Amino acid sequence: MTTAQTSEAVLDQEYLPARAKILELAATLDRVQRTTGYDDNQPQSKQLRAAIELLLEGEPGRAERVQLLFSRPYDQRWRETFKIAR
Amino acid sequence: MVSRTTDDYETLAKMGCVAVSEPAFWAGFDRGTVDGFRDYFEQLTAFEATRAASYGVQHFTWLCINAKEAENVTLSREVIAMIPEFLDRPGVLGIGEIGLNKNTHNEAIVFLEHIDLAMKTNEQILIHTPHLEDKYQGTRMILDMLTDDSRIDRTRVLVDHVEEHTVRHVLDEGFWAGMTLYPVSKCTPARAADIVEMVGPERLLVNSAGDWGPSKPTAVPDFILEMRRRGHSHDLIRRVVYDNPREFFSQSRGFVFTPPEVNETSSCD
Repeated sequence: MTTAQTSEAVLDQEYLPARAKILELAATLDRVQRTTGYDDNQPQSKQLRAAIELLLEGEPGRAERVQLLFSRPYDQRWRETFKIAR
Repeated sequence: MVSRTTDDYETLAKMGCVAVSEPAFWAGFDRGTVDGFRDYFEQLTAFEATRAASYGVQHFTWLCINAKEAENVTLSREVIAMIPEFLDRPGVLGIGEIGLNKNTHNEAIVFLEHIDLAMKTNEQILIHTPHLEDKYQGTRMILDMLTDDSRIDRTRVLVDHVEEHTVRHVLDEGFWAGMTLYPVSKCTPARAADIVEMVGPERLLVNSAGDWGPSKPTAVPDFILEMRRRGHSHDLIRRVVYDNPREFFSQSRGFVFTPPEVNETSSCD
């Protein structure tokens, strides 16, 4: 299913909100970096950086990939771990 | 909506809401006794319906002990044994919202025992999937448990709180999928519209959260506005917010719904 809108129309509507969200993100990263004891290798920082890099990929499905990046992995043997029979 | 004021029913009615379906959920604290749940089910099946009816909103409900409280397996079993006392009450649609919260062993045990109750009593099922980092794993675990049970009619199960990374898993297995809208976190109206555009309207519906935390019962009108703004048709929007829920709910014997008498050509819908 495609959208009814043109890309120009969507960009007209979304440009300023997206710009504002990017600025918020930039300011947040600056805020973290100004803190005492800042460590660029903290797991949350690394995960945020990975998510930002993911946004620059050209393929669609970015939202899904970001979701998966922030998700615990699925272990298909969870029943064995929990000792729950099928 | 036990967590909301009567004003919210009035606002929803003014926005064109004709019915609500309220799942049994967490009370903001863990209840300690089966009688606490008996009182809660009384509130859901009697008082809330009366409160909603004051504004012409028809009220339906689902019954269970929710996943947050399912860690207490002993209490959960007492509640599950008591639920049948209420299943024939008017407006009861089935068992829900059951599911997982932190994807624990005890939550899975209680989920399976709710499923067994639903099968033995021929009830529909409404399922909560976890939030944030637990959603993907929890949704996959829930789908594993559902698809392992050959008694389940998948068209009578709605898996709620789907997002971009879980919606296809749910739909591909033949279940209904719900997107619960929140104002700022989780699934927003704009992202729900994106998901409709990506996967289509088949077995997909939206609903709003009337929760203890930040939530907005009127988020469905926000979704409608977003879809209109994008130029989507009246028929598509109506399918996702009205026809699909109605089709799913209609499989419950407790869904005795009186459609509103509205001349659509002159309505503001």
